[in-house]
Amino acid sequence: MKIKALSRSTAEYTRETKSDIQKLPRNIDPELHPLERAREYKRALNAAKLERMFAKPFLASLSGHIDGVYAMAKNPWDLDSVVTGSGDGELRMWSLSSQETVWRAPEAHRGIVKGVCNIPGGETDRFLSVGTDKLAKVWSRSESAVASDGITPETVATYTGKHAFSGIDHHRNRPLFATSSSLIEIWDVDRSEPITNLTWGADTINTVKMNQTEVNVLATCGTDRSIILYDLRTNSPLAKLVMTLSTNAISWNPMEAFMFATANEDHNVYTFDMRKMDHAVNVLRDHVSAVMDVDYSPTGQELVSGSYDRSVRLWDVNKGHSRDIYHAKRMQRVFCVKYTLDNNYVLSGSDDSNLRLWRARASQRMGAKSNRERSAIEYADKLKDRFAYVPEVRKVLQHRNVPKGIKKASRTKQDMLQSRKRKEENVRKHDKSGKPRVPERKKAILGVTSK
Amino acid sequence: MAATDKLSARLRNEGEGDASGGTFAKGNVSHTARRADKDDATNTAADDSEDERVPRTLRDAPAKSDRALATAKMNGRRDKPNKSSKARAKSTDKEESKNKEKKRVPDKLEKEILARSEKYQRGLKLTSTGDDGKEPVAAIKVRSKKAQPKIEHEKRRREHAIIDAARSEMLLTEQAGYLEAEGEMERTYKVTQDQLADSLDINSRAKIFDLKLEEFGPYVMDYTSNGRHLLVGGRKGHLATMDWRSGRLGAEFHVRETIRDVCWLHNENLFAVAQKRYAYIYDHSGAEVHCLQKHVEPTALGFLPFHFLLASTGMTGRLMYQDVTEGRIIGEHKPGYGPNHVLKVNPYNAVVHMGHGNGIVTMWSPRQSQPLAKMLCHKGPVQAMAIDRSGTYMATSGLDGSLKIWDIRNFKSLHEYSTMRPAQSLDISQRGLLAAGWGANVTVWKDALVSKVDAPYMKRLLPSTTVSDLRFVPYDDVLGYGHSSGISSIVIPGAGEPNFDAFVANPFETTKQRQEAEVKQLLDKLAPETIQHDPTFIGRLDPRSRDERQLELLESRRDQYAKDKADGKYLDNEVKNKMKGRNSSAKRFARKRANNIMDLKKLNAIESAEKAKLENEAKRRKIPESEKGALGRFYDEKRATD
Repeated sequence: MKIKALSRSTAEYTRETKSDIQKLPRNIDPELHPLERAREYKRALNAAKLERMFAKPFLASLSGHIDGVYAMAKNPWDLDSVVTGSGDGELRMWSLSSQETVWRAPEAHRGIVKGVCNIPGGETDRFLSVGTDKLAKVWSRSESAVASDGITPETVATYTGKHAFSGIDHHRNRPLFATSSSLIEIWDVDRSEPITNLTWGADTINTVKMNQTEVNVLATCGTDRSIILYDLRTNSPLAKLVMTLSTNAISWNPMEAFMFATANEDHNVYTFDMRKMDHAVNVLRDHVSAVMDVDYSPTGQELVSGSYDRSVRLWDVNKGHSRDIYHAKRMQRVFCVKYTLDNNYVLSGSDDSNLRLWRARASQRMGAKSNRERSAIEYADKLKDRFAYVPEVRKVLQHRNVPKGIKKASRTKQDMLQSRKRKEENVRKHDKSGKPRVPERKKAILGVTSK
Repeated sequence: MAATDKLSARLRNEGEGDASGGTFAKGNVSHTARRADKDDATNTAADDSEDERVPRTLRDAPAKSDRALATAKMNGRRDKPNKSSKARAKSTDKEESKNKEKKRVPDKLEKEILARSEKYQRGLKLTSTGDDGKEPVAAIKVRSKKAQPKIEHEKRRREHAIIDAARSEMLLTEQAGYLEAEGEMERTYKVTQDQLADSLDINSRAKIFDLKLEEFGPYVMDYTSNGRHLLVGGRKGHLATMDWRSGRLGAEFHVRETIRDVCWLHNENLFAVAQKRYAYIYDHSGAEVHCLQKHVEPTALGFLPFHFLLASTGMTGRLMYQDVTEGRIIGEHKPGYGPNHVLKVNPYNAVVHMGHGNGIVTMWSPRQSQPLAKMLCHKGPVQAMAIDRSGTYMATSGLDGSLKIWDIRNFKSLHEYSTMRPAQSLDISQRGLLAAGWGANVTVWKDALVSKVDAPYMKRLLPSTTVSDLRFVPYDDVLGYGHSSGISSIVIPGAGEPNFDAFVANPFETTKQRQEAEVKQLLDKLAPETIQHDPTFIGRLDPRSRDERQLELLESRRDQYAKDKADGKYLDNEVKNKMKGRNSSAKRFARKRANNIMDLKKLNAIESAEKAKLENEAKRRKIPESEKGALGRFYDEKRATD
């Protein structure tokens, strides 16, 4: 007779000393885990609720400016510092970790500071600013140190333009920068006059953005509803795209050099492929007022946008609606937003003269995590992902407390869009010509011209 | 062999059957073809192919396994004899002859993993990509071009996960117990516990014992889900809890009342007892925590660990569900078959099964007032019941002397056994051993659920006792049973699951772990609505489109309206559209429904109601002495008026 009965020795399944880890054998046989689907669903629901419970995106409000914050630049060589320009011509450099001003120039410009950008190479603390006073100024934190507080420091260099500037961006690796006014001017840092002027059409340009990967391409957008791409090698325009409403800001995708996002007056953010601009790659719609600024995350997977509706929204570039909305009681119209270069925070500058620091993922917490904590978070994320389509879970995950104004406006807007759509459908139904439907991605595009 | 008996049986079948041969062949064809592609393209070294080969073949094979597809069609868990397999075998035979050169027999390890992988195939298959297009398609058709690659990716991921899960079985440390006859003449059921004890280690030997408690028997008992703690209750009021392996007594006291059933709650800190009048909850020290007065004269208790529900039935014949975390009564059902003493919880889907005096077994969910299913199982009262952990088999015994095995997925009888006297108690072990207690005997069958077996696996007779309750110990090869003169514990090799999952039930649990687990259990507490026959319905997509759903909703509403109209809920068009102006269909409708409108129908109804009222009053009047006659003094005034 062959005989064997289960006999577990306690020593094998318990720890010897207190410093040992507990022995926890696993067995993934489904029969040992009855009702696993129901239990995982419940866990997913709990995880979703916890996520919303811990969603506290607002970190700090950096105050100091007297007028609204209209320009902002992050420093690719320094995670900690950010430069802002305000409506009264003041420039401030902030330390994000200590959340205070580390340098300031009270009267950097007369009038509004319309743009700031960092200068790469050499001293990494140099940056440029432009204002409506037709001046472009180079500043350095170390060289133009403040003698005593309240006195504007000396500039490193100043360039005088012919028109009031509206934007500025520096070339990635050459000593060139581009400014926008009623035309695009390319400046060599060593010369006092622009080396090239670029124009196509005669209207005011809102902003200019240089591609930081495909370094010779730059994009501009103007009040004539156009987006124009230029090439620096030939000093000539590449293409012009005209939309139904004008574009306020442009951001190049840092990972995919041919992609860029635009913040449009028609409440939407559009992403484009510069090689084929007859349709938008994606239309991101959720804002209820004009989008004032947009910025890509360093991964190129996410977007942040600030709007005239006093909210900041975060987007997945491939999805049509925002994944989160940030708002604060005292936050006014948002004019500039930036995704920090560690992908963890978002900055917004608004009309109420404050710079606000937000978490990029509202319920995420920084700091070292134990192995168990990390695996628990990963498990919860996976569960949320898996049950995201179940109505109860989705409801919890998607619910946001939105200010009354935005809520009301979005409802009105939805009604408007629906009725417009209904009308279009009705027209189509009774139209014998049988015109095909215009895709949403093409609706806002009036035309593209290439050179 | 870590694979269970069921699986090994399946593997054997595959060896014999043509159908599965075809399965393998198909798997290999694509495999070899793919390998050829790879060789052409990259000319990789032959060394790495050996490691890659196994999962790749296996990845293909389960997707094309026709048995698995049959499974997917039914409920996605286990297979079922497939009628069409022969027909398909023929077609695959042709293919085989075509591809004879290419055919490669899968090695032993592959076969083993493939056999094992079937139990990890949860849920429906996303697609069945039969290259020949002959496979029955249980696939979701997706029109969206965007979703297609995602679904494909998900499908691949799942297949990987299944194979990986099957492969991970080799990490399990413990082997199941066994008792096997070696010679022709040996019979396992002839082995007595004394003989068994001689060949067991000292640890297991200690698990064989008899506790003589002759005063307060017969005893009922229950083990905690990790098998560490034992709760015994004597009919005449004796209660005791113990860590039975070490013999350490927890609480012991006497309730001075009849005890009909005992039951642990979620861990060893609380237990419920069905006493003469009510059910009670006690804590580990024996202090009374609750008196559950809604459970009147309970006879049987059951606990649903994931829902934290205590189910009871009793002399009233009702089934009560009470939430033990917040004390609410979740459901109260009246099957209407009289007093009741058989109640078991299906561990697979938490459905409560009740056996009734007329031979019917009903299955209940707390939120549905009607049973989920009714089965006529016996010609006499149902005596005992047991359900296996996979929720496939149910064993019932009736006073008609039969012991029947049922497939509760399709409510069909599978086999029938007989005991000399009706089995008083039944239990199914984790590895599918069936134990029955009848008279002074305990009989255990092996493989009795899957097939009809001739001889029992083990037997035990304890003279001059009557077995009242028997329970297999989870995660151990032990069967404990209560009888008229105490409790006994015997070793049944091969009964328990050898490899426990410490996050499910840990026999070596520390206090801290228990506390932690309790919190987790409470967090994961399920709503009573999740109890259904098929517990995987949660999170499943509704394949209907929105329009289809709306149409169905509309139709159901229309039907409801028609039904209501037939029932006279709405009055027919007595009200005409007479008013001028300020009229709308909604208002007209409201007027029609308004109940202050008098019409013939309503007048008739009022008249008849008044008539009935008068009649009732007439009945209720006092009966004069003269009408009572000679028996007047026995006349109960109160009863007469009722």
